[in-house]
Amino acid sequence: MTDIAGKSGRRAGGDILRVTDLRVEVRTDRGPGPVLVDNVSFDLKRGAVLGLIGESGAGKSTIGLTTLGYTRGGCYITGGALNFEGKDIRQMSGAERRALRGPGVAYIAQSAAASFNPSHTLMQQVCEIPVRHGIMSEDDASKEAVKLFRELELPNPDTFGNRYPHQVSGGQLQRAMAAMAMAARPDILVFDEPTTALDVTTQVEVLASFRKLIREHGTAAIYITHDLAVVAQIADHIMVLRHGKMVEYGTSDQILQDPRQDYTRRLVADRVAGHSFRADLNTGEAPILAVQNVVASYRSLAKVIDGVSVEVRKGDTVAVVGESGSGKSTLARVIIGLLPRQSGDILFQGQSLPPALANRSKDQLRRIQMIYQMPDVALNPNQTLLEIIGRPVQFYFGRSNAEVRTRVLELLRMMDLPEAFISRKPGELSGGQKQRVGIARALAAEPDLIICDEVTSALDQLVGEEILRLLKRLQDELGLAYLFITHDLGTVKRIANKVAVMLKGKLVAGGETSRVFAPPYHPYTELLLSSVPEMRSDWLDQVLTGRAKTIAAVKAAQIQVPG
Amino acid sequence: MRLFGHRVTILAMLGMAVIIINLVAAIGAPWIAPWDQAEIVGDAWGDPDADHVYVPLMGLDNLGRDLFSRLIYGARMSIGLSFIITCLSFAIGITTGFTAAVLKGWVDTALSRLVDLLLSMPTLIFAFIILSVLGTELPVLIVTIAILDSTKVFRLSRALAMNLAALEYVEVARVRGEGLWWVIRKEILPNAMAPLIAEFGLRFSFAFLFIAALSFLGLGIQPPDADWGSMVRDYRDMINLDSTAPLYPAGAIALLTIGVNFVVDWMLAIHSRSHGDG
Repeated sequence: MTDIAGKSGRRAGGDILRVTDLRVEVRTDRGPGPVLVDNVSFDLKRGAVLGLIGESGAGKSTIGLTTLGYTRGGCYITGGALNFEGKDIRQMSGAERRALRGPGVAYIAQSAAASFNPSHTLMQQVCEIPVRHGIMSEDDASKEAVKLFRELELPNPDTFGNRYPHQVSGGQLQRAMAAMAMAARPDILVFDEPTTALDVTTQVEVLASFRKLIREHGTAAIYITHDLAVVAQIADHIMVLRHGKMVEYGTSDQILQDPRQDYTRRLVADRVAGHSFRADLNTGEAPILAVQNVVASYRSLAKVIDGVSVEVRKGDTVAVVGESGSGKSTLARVIIGLLPRQSGDILFQGQSLPPALANRSKDQLRRIQMIYQMPDVALNPNQTLLEIIGRPVQFYFGRSNAEVRTRVLELLRMMDLPEAFISRKPGELSGGQKQRVGIARALAAEPDLIICDEVTSALDQLVGEEILRLLKRLQDELGLAYLFITHDLGTVKRIANKVAVMLKGKLVAGGETSRVFAPPYHPYTELLLSSVPEMRSDWLDQVLTGRAKTIAAVKAAQIQVPG
Repeated sequence: MRLFGHRVTILAMLGMAVIIINLVAAIGAPWIAPWDQAEIVGDAWGDPDADHVYVPLMGLDNLGRDLFSRLIYGARMSIGLSFIITCLSFAIGITTGFTAAVLKGWVDTALSRLVDLLLSMPTLIFAFIILSVLGTELPVLIVTIAILDSTKVFRLSRALAMNLAALEYVEVARVRGEGLWWVIRKEILPNAMAPLIAEFGLRFSFAFLFIAALSFLGLGIQPPDADWGSMVRDYRDMINLDSTAPLYPAGAIALLTIGVNFVVDWMLAIHSRSHGDG
């Protein structure tokens, strides 16, 4: 049994929550299913923050939800006890649990946009919990809400609550959700990946307001995330979980600086080390892809891409970075022809590519392939791997069924996937395996250039690492050129020879990675770089001190900062 | 009990039992029914003649035909016809709906407005006019109802395909350079099957009720062929004379409709559940 002590200045006190030997299982019609959480115990003191960390399937969200006396459909708490202020949550009646949720334990979900009702104002939704629980009158609740909005540094706190969820930005909505959770003054706040869906620059701000909120109110919190660097900024103690079991538990500093378990060491090491996957530069050759001054927009008049130029050479890796809304994914769509460009030119192997997909030749289509962010929706769930990977072989090269099969087996071997997978469907594969199938399908067309659209961001850290290594190996073997679309600067630094930084559809910085990511920076590049969480617990404090100056510099460069 | 890996609810089992009984009756009508549907075996509403030894279960009808035999033959006509009509309407609806969703632009606009036009007129009255003008031969009846019904299938399949076409695996196929037919058949149709099958059951019962309604009005299936709707019409006055005769075909219509809906509800419940559950 371990003990969590609050940092100095917090409301002192005993355990508010004591979880012992928690076990959560899935039960189906067919009988017992997998065990999601097994034998997890921890104590949470008043005012302390516990970080739960692990990859998908580690059971961290399941644990978070059990503290509300809730499990997802089909899951059941089958063992252990959850002692909240001396009362076991498992033994509580429905009415007691309702009373617990809100004033006792409150929950902040990953997707604020999906958690707010779009037809009520933010104020109505923030006030609902304290009013419904009879804690405050409507007037008091609104006053409290305005106070919370101010504490969370939301713009125009007095009138902010009159807006509807779609009228505020993602970062603001996430903070409004924290206000909603805080409204009934809970003893415990459960944060479930609250910043994962946000841009890096927004994440810093939201993280800072969360920390301030927790510290000022002395609320205990459980902070769930897959990002060790993020949790290090906010938690006193960290519990590392894997496959529903506890791997390691300790103070934040101990986990970061002196991890005892091998798995934790790998999690920490991957971000700290930063070994280079970069290819050798071979300048002199003509670029295979040259995007020249391209302008594109969807039906509206606003230009989504405005005068962007990028070049990619054989065997080269070029990264396009930017936050959501910067137009980086649109650039990929313009290059592959899904969105016809309005002006500018795209040269491929020295020849101009027709703007629209329909006018491109089969060979032009074959030579540029794409790998997608979400392997789940990029693979047809009703097709076997033979059909998925084999179709490009058959379509572009007109091979016989036997030849297609041989080629698919060869590609599976290249991806380090077992040959037996040939008759499986995507649903039977893990996320990383699915992404390998996506790569195999792209390679089946024998392309010159592969566009990688956020290929690792939907994957767990260690799995994403393996995918990057695989891509590097394939580049060395086949001389492929990659155009990487990503928001993750950590990845960019390690894999790309050249980088193009996009902001609001325009290129703000570009060139060789080592030059762009070294002083003197473009102000926006500096803002982006400083926003990438680092594996030390004092990172957030440092960033916040220098931040105002950087933002002013970006504004001075006459560019608006998003969010 | 489980079917295709899913637990079957009691209502779904009831529904399946009703459907199976009706299917057996429909397919095996000539062997199961004691007499032919058009054979006169005695006096109207009376007992069979002496040379017909069988005791009629439900009595004889207004022309002296065996009511039970006609009920069985009626199943054959009503179910068979509804099935053919629903298949046809799905073939039309899915093809046009998927095409509209994938091609978008003017194709989508043209097809959608045409469907809106058809939907803006009450279906029964529309069918009435067409059947009065073109006559009530079976092929005319089938094509008319199928086209009218396909408008609803169009809207469902267009909506389904709109969602699926936005997914990246469909985008991958289009970027690869695949044709429209391949995209529809290989990428979209297999992933839209579950809701479409459930809708098939629902549309089947509607087609079935529609034929019954048309027959009741005299524009559907023509005598001497037995059909539940026209049987209700022929016998309806007998309800005043303390006879249960019209209740049998009416009950059969109700039973099959409810039975099909039980099964459809069950299928929809499975489909709405997240993947991998139960």
